[in-house]
Amino acid sequence: MEVMIILVPLALALGLAGLLAFLWSLKSGQYDDLEGAAWRAIADDDEPQPVVRAERPPSA
Amino acid sequence: MQVTRDFSHYVKDLGAGLSHIDLAVEGVSCAGCMAKIERGLSALPDVTLARVNLTDRRIALEWKQGSLDPARFIDRLSELGYKAYPFETASAEATEVAESRFLLRCLGVAAFATMNVMMLSIPVWSGNVSDMLPEQRDFFHWLSALIALPAVAYAGQPFFRSAWRALRSGNVNMDVPICIGVILALGMSVVETFHHAEHAYFDAAIMLLTFLLVGRYLDQNMRRRTRAVAGNLAALKAETATKFVGTDEISEVPVAAIRAGDLVLLRPGERCAVDGVVIEGRSELDQSLITGETLYVPAKPGTAIYAGSLNVSGALRVKVSAAAEGTLLAEITRLLDNALQARSRYMRLADRASRLYAPVVHATAALTVLGWVLAGASWHDAIVTGIAVLIITCPCALGLAIPTVQTVAAGAMFKSGVLLNAGDAIERLAEAEHVIFDKTGTLTLPELEVVNAADIPAEMFALAGRLALSSHHPVAAAVAQAANAKSPLMGAVEEPGQGVRATVDGVEFRLGRPAFCGADVLAAQTGGIDPEASIVAFSRGDENFLLSVRQGLRPDAADIVAGLKRRGIAVEILSGDREAAVQAAAQALGVSEWRAGVTPADKIARIETLKTQGIKVMMVGDGMNDAPSLAAAHVSMSPISAAHLSQATADLVFLGRPLAPVLSATDYARKALRLMRQNLWLAVGYNALAVPLAIGGVVTPLIAAAAMSGSSILVMLNALRARRVAEEQA
Repeated sequence: MEVMIILVPLALALGLAGLLAFLWSLKSGQYDDLEGAAWRAIADDDEPQPVVRAERPPSA
Repeated sequence: MQVTRDFSHYVKDLGAGLSHIDLAVEGVSCAGCMAKIERGLSALPDVTLARVNLTDRRIALEWKQGSLDPARFIDRLSELGYKAYPFETASAEATEVAESRFLLRCLGVAAFATMNVMMLSIPVWSGNVSDMLPEQRDFFHWLSALIALPAVAYAGQPFFRSAWRALRSGNVNMDVPICIGVILALGMSVVETFHHAEHAYFDAAIMLLTFLLVGRYLDQNMRRRTRAVAGNLAALKAETATKFVGTDEISEVPVAAIRAGDLVLLRPGERCAVDGVVIEGRSELDQSLITGETLYVPAKPGTAIYAGSLNVSGALRVKVSAAAEGTLLAEITRLLDNALQARSRYMRLADRASRLYAPVVHATAALTVLGWVLAGASWHDAIVTGIAVLIITCPCALGLAIPTVQTVAAGAMFKSGVLLNAGDAIERLAEAEHVIFDKTGTLTLPELEVVNAADIPAEMFALAGRLALSSHHPVAAAVAQAANAKSPLMGAVEEPGQGVRATVDGVEFRLGRPAFCGADVLAAQTGGIDPEASIVAFSRGDENFLLSVRQGLRPDAADIVAGLKRRGIAVEILSGDREAAVQAAAQALGVSEWRAGVTPADKIARIETLKTQGIKVMMVGDGMNDAPSLAAAHVSMSPISAAHLSQATADLVFLGRPLAPVLSATDYARKALRLMRQNLWLAVGYNALAVPLAIGGVVTPLIAAAAMSGSSILVMLNALRARRVAEEQA
């Protein structure tokens, strides 16, 4: 049962790390706009590529 | 005179040469809009941040100080197709946001502690039936205490504070038994652990707090969201005033930046956004938003003018007496104060339940202790059993029963266009059995419309509309809008107080008072039919037409009145307007009970009379004159177009042109109240099953935890039913 001396503090430390991460995310405003965040995840980050380029192959 | 827009009031200086502004924006609904706006604004030079908040429909902007004018953002957004306006967080909303964050933090702490304590409890529960050394069990109990005690001390704050507030004012609310239960459970567990006992209840106590915090947070979040929407709507009204910054120089500034003593210009057709006194100019005022009276009131130097008045004919120079939400008629303020005091005496369903509940539970626990002692058990065992009774009866389900239903119902109402101002509005609305409507602006629409457009040749009507574009008169604006006129007639001349005329191809067109257009005779023949309407005449050469312009009834008003009656709710109209006008509206809607020319004091008197007969009254009104009666009624509702004061006083605010939200809100509220009662009975039923076990002393922490989470989940699931009301033929 000596293993508990390592496992129990480890379990608590992991839980505490999770809690601190949550408090940090709350403080940095990550829960302020839940709807927007959902859409941002699937939006394309970069500028839309001009469609013209695709239509005219460079070889022309 | 030079007009400029000045938004400097809203700009915040972040230091380091950066400025910040918050904009409320209309019509943002998807990721596409979000990307479009952010790109469009970031493309402006010097903009360092443009971020859309899709939940609150707002934009945060930061830019390098210097050449960039905030008005440029508004213009850019309107180019992109969005209406936006600077926005200032009201203090009420800031408090809600802070409270909501605090609850979420508490919930995070409690949830963390619950998970870890459960992780320790499960080995103990299973160890009790298999083989676990007493030393190991004690070790796990001490670890649980180490986690649970600080977590409860932090995450329990919302409950401890609320219970303490209630106790100090000599009341009992739901939080009092919760706090007693949690504190006793923890205290007993520590003592038991100290004595190497088999059972400790750290898990039950912390889990209870987690469940309750979920309900509390959802409730708070709904309220915060409603406030945000209300704040946006207020900002998007974009109330500005034209302020004199020099003797002849004027600037368009937001109302929030106007101070008492400022001079503002009120042009014909503009709605006054401030309270003040006329110091120059003559005109007529439409005060229907304030008094309900649709006849115009003359204005001359010395006339007091209130926010919400519409200037009809001439330009006025007004000296501001108090900014934005300031002074009012002394009479209305006094009535309002009295009425608000009376209203705070209402006791919520949850508090009524806990007032019954707390003594019963505490008495049961005390009797259990006594009973066991009399039966020969040791004091220690008797007290442990008594505390187990308190833990098992701790109103977990009871504490969730009402907030969860409220949250779900408020969300459903929100979707149907009703915003809640007061937390207990749902229960009070469900009890309403008599509705008093104000007429002007409530049953009728605030804008004017042309009633008899169909009787006039389309070509003539179009010409009248184009001519009307040249006038600032609100009646003319209504004609222009009805005719969907786009291009004004060239060379139109407005004669103040008379009308507009223009000559096209040698034929003279006139629009205005019947006398101005030579239509006296025609007006005399037809006049008096519709007492509420303003008659305008239109003439082309010798041809005359009469247009009847009035505030139309809301499109579905008659249906809604009928729907209310079908639900057994009596309908009555009390209006400050003239008798003939009120009678016409009452007849059109099929309302037999109505009174006209009613003062604010009369309205309150009528509500009081009904109250003494034990009738619960709902008041629906918009005028400033309605504010006291909105506060006096059991529950009250205002359209979003209402005067500031009325909107702030009403329990619910509805959006849009139809009156339908009044009916759907009533339906949702009734359903919600039914579910709240059902949930309370569910909680009672659960107690009836669990309490005998606890009294018998056979409750283990495992049973307590299972029973508690089971009943909480049942109550939450039941609350979800508040989302839908049975489709009834309205």
